[in-house]
Amino acid sequence: MADKAPAIELKGISKAFGPVQANKDISIRVMPGTIHGIIGENGAGKSTLMSILYGFYKADKGEIFIAGNKTEIPDSQAAIAAGIGMVFQHFKLVENFTVLENIILGAEDGRLLRPSLAKARKTLLELEREYGLNVDPDAVIEEIGVGMQQRVEILKALYRRADILILDEPTGVLTPAEADQLFRILGRLREEGKTIILITHKLREIMEATDTVSVMRRGEMTATVKTSETSPAELAELMVGRKVLLRVDKTPATPGDVVLDIKGLKVVDDQGVERVKGIDLQVRAGEIVGIAGVAGNGQSELLEVLGGYADATGEVTLNGQPLDLSGRYSDGRSRRTRGIGHVPEDRQREGLIMDFSAWENTAFGYHRSDAYQSGMLLNNAAIRSDTEGKMERFDVRPPDPALPAKSFSGGNQQKIVLAREIERNPDLLLVGQPTRGVDIGAIEFIHQQIVALRDQGKAILLVSVELEEILALADRVAVMFDGHIMGERLSAETDEKELGLLMAGVEG
Amino acid sequence: MDVVPKWAEVILVPLISLMLAAILSALVILAIGEDPVAAVNLMITGALGSTYGWGYTLYYATNFLFTGLAVSVAFHAGLFNIGGEGQAMLGGLGVALACLLVPWPHWTIALLAATVAAGLFGAAWAAIPAFLQARRGSHIVITTIMFNFIAAAVLNYVLVNLMRPAGSMDPATARFPEAVHLPTLHDILGVVGIEFSKSAPANVTFLIAILACVLVWLLLWRTWLGYEIRSYGKSESAAKYAGISPFAITMIAMLISGGLAGMMAINNVMGEAERLVLNAVEGAGFIGIAVALMGRNHPFGVFLAAILFGFLYQGGAELALWTSIPRELIVVIQALIILFTGALDNMVRMPLERLFLMIRRGNA
Repeated sequence: MADKAPAIELKGISKAFGPVQANKDISIRVMPGTIHGIIGENGAGKSTLMSILYGFYKADKGEIFIAGNKTEIPDSQAAIAAGIGMVFQHFKLVENFTVLENIILGAEDGRLLRPSLAKARKTLLELEREYGLNVDPDAVIEEIGVGMQQRVEILKALYRRADILILDEPTGVLTPAEADQLFRILGRLREEGKTIILITHKLREIMEATDTVSVMRRGEMTATVKTSETSPAELAELMVGRKVLLRVDKTPATPGDVVLDIKGLKVVDDQGVERVKGIDLQVRAGEIVGIAGVAGNGQSELLEVLGGYADATGEVTLNGQPLDLSGRYSDGRSRRTRGIGHVPEDRQREGLIMDFSAWENTAFGYHRSDAYQSGMLLNNAAIRSDTEGKMERFDVRPPDPALPAKSFSGGNQQKIVLAREIERNPDLLLVGQPTRGVDIGAIEFIHQQIVALRDQGKAILLVSVELEEILALADRVAVMFDGHIMGERLSAETDEKELGLLMAGVEG
Repeated sequence: MDVVPKWAEVILVPLISLMLAAILSALVILAIGEDPVAAVNLMITGALGSTYGWGYTLYYATNFLFTGLAVSVAFHAGLFNIGGEGQAMLGGLGVALACLLVPWPHWTIALLAATVAAGLFGAAWAAIPAFLQARRGSHIVITTIMFNFIAAAVLNYVLVNLMRPAGSMDPATARFPEAVHLPTLHDILGVVGIEFSKSAPANVTFLIAILACVLVWLLLWRTWLGYEIRSYGKSESAAKYAGISPFAITMIAMLISGGLAGMMAINNVMGEAERLVLNAVEGAGFIGIAVALMGRNHPFGVFLAAILFGFLYQGGAELALWTSIPRELIVVIQALIILFTGALDNMVRMPLERLFLMIRRGNA
């Protein structure tokens, strides 16, 4: 190995955005045929570094060597030509195109579509067989699951003859089983001599999948170690710069009265498909009930109904009083006045308006409340000072209420949403994917806030596709599969294996 | 973190775009064998060199203010209201009915009533496309365009068959009574001792248009309704999460938008023509789109853009009058301005961003 040139070598890469130094003198060597992890909190500069490698940004200083040769990468075309493929966190697929059409998009041979499709199909089938990717070339993107969409992205890179594959937070949207499958595929790619760079903030994945790992903190590369010679605790400390609690510290729950009582809830979506097929569920004061399940088994619809933006049939009561499931008083505003807070699954599409400033987002959903009015006008000063307080209490960085939501990192965006919903002191808090795309330091904080709310005697309904998170946070777990609740378990008395079976639809 | 400081974003970018448009226009004028410097001089003296010129410039600007604001309000809700033309036509009908059917004792009350009528008629005309969009998902761009044609047909019918005075050959209403005559800027400024052209059509409506700018600004940035309109325009999914009704916001934003477009009629119908004629709007509804685009959908920007387009209109008329430069060339210049300030916005913005980045790095 020692005499081989590294597949990628970066020397002294620096990049600044205005006054922010996103990358500081970063050097890294990735040997061919290895999986190299890059771990760090959001905003540590991982994505910037990879964007430089993929030609989205130009480094202010530093050099890039591909297979030993100094290479300039002014744009992504050059990156592709150099054999670099990138799988983004947010897939770049055309939703109503087929898999095959997406794969050749931008890499068509010649002017006519048909011959290039036929040729691509042949290559594609070979690639699939070689790497066990299991993708139907004629499936339409919007109709296939996230896991397969991701495999399409990988195929896209392979089709462009990538030798170096960069994956940015690839498991953010996957179930444990899908993630395992992804890692098997990555293993196979490694055997075939491909070099893989895996960007993630999940320690478990680093430990499971990588050969070497580099840790980034605040734009600097703090360490590069062999994965076999390190531990999750050490990596976490390197990432955050202090000791981190990897478990959630909480006392056993002391459930009180039933706050949320769901009986026979059914949800039919816009296409007429029944997504929730009659479920019964109770959430008591002072407990966290977790809904586990593979994404797309009705959990999102459940949250949408309770949050007031989807209609449903059945019977739901809050503190003994019925909740309207359709009509005028079933909207988000009515839900809020009834004391339901909601941290939605997708904070960028639902929880926040990305172009609005932090202070405007702090009022979002509560903008008609008296505290935010003065006469006929909005009391912007009051909202702003309220935001300052919230940002301080929830450690939002940077604590500038005038910054637009889109310029905060994922963790800080989530803190803005969480501060808004928790500080309204709701009787019931709905929480969807609280730590999706959130860094470790912030995860710890967010979990603590949710537990603290529970300890104040509030009811919390938590939906997460991260089984680990459910087990760590929830006191009771209900597993959803195909619109049904497959079973309920006390989280102290169950494990990932048992829940995994329920998630796959196997009766417990 | 914005790369370009706000002052540059708001002032420098449009200014450079404008310069580019001007340079290209000059080349076009050169190409048809005229002197661009003389043309610019003529436009400036014609539109701004006398109170008469100003009177026309501000008269046109008033029209564009209303239609520009109309487009802006809808745009903030994510709706593209192309129907300002038709809504302003119907607003004219409202004004004519208000002025002719009731014997008003004084112009102030008449103005109030006419404004309300114009707003209501314009809003009503916008309400149907809005409803179709909100309930049926019929695209508002298509329906508002169609409603422009329907409005023209309706007005034609009403003027020819219903409101034309007996014996008149002209498809227009009778002249409004003397009592509803609006004070012109000549009358208003005369009170404070400023001499202003007597024959220019700019009138008290200009002040109402400025008031409308302030009110629209208050609505959008200082009330929860405006907050909901902007939220819905930025993200429909987030609006639903927050309990903001897409139906209600679509209707309300379009009603306000249509109302504003309709109110243009108090300027051109009540203030200038003093009767309702066919094609009274003269394309101001469409100019409103350009004005909103250039003004970045902000009332203050709309104000500046409206004045600019007022200047172009009046200056262009002067050009056509005194030179052999055809009237159509003014349309070309307007189109160039729209092209540079709207469509080619990034062409100016990107190099500017790079420039500011370099300056900042030089300082750091």
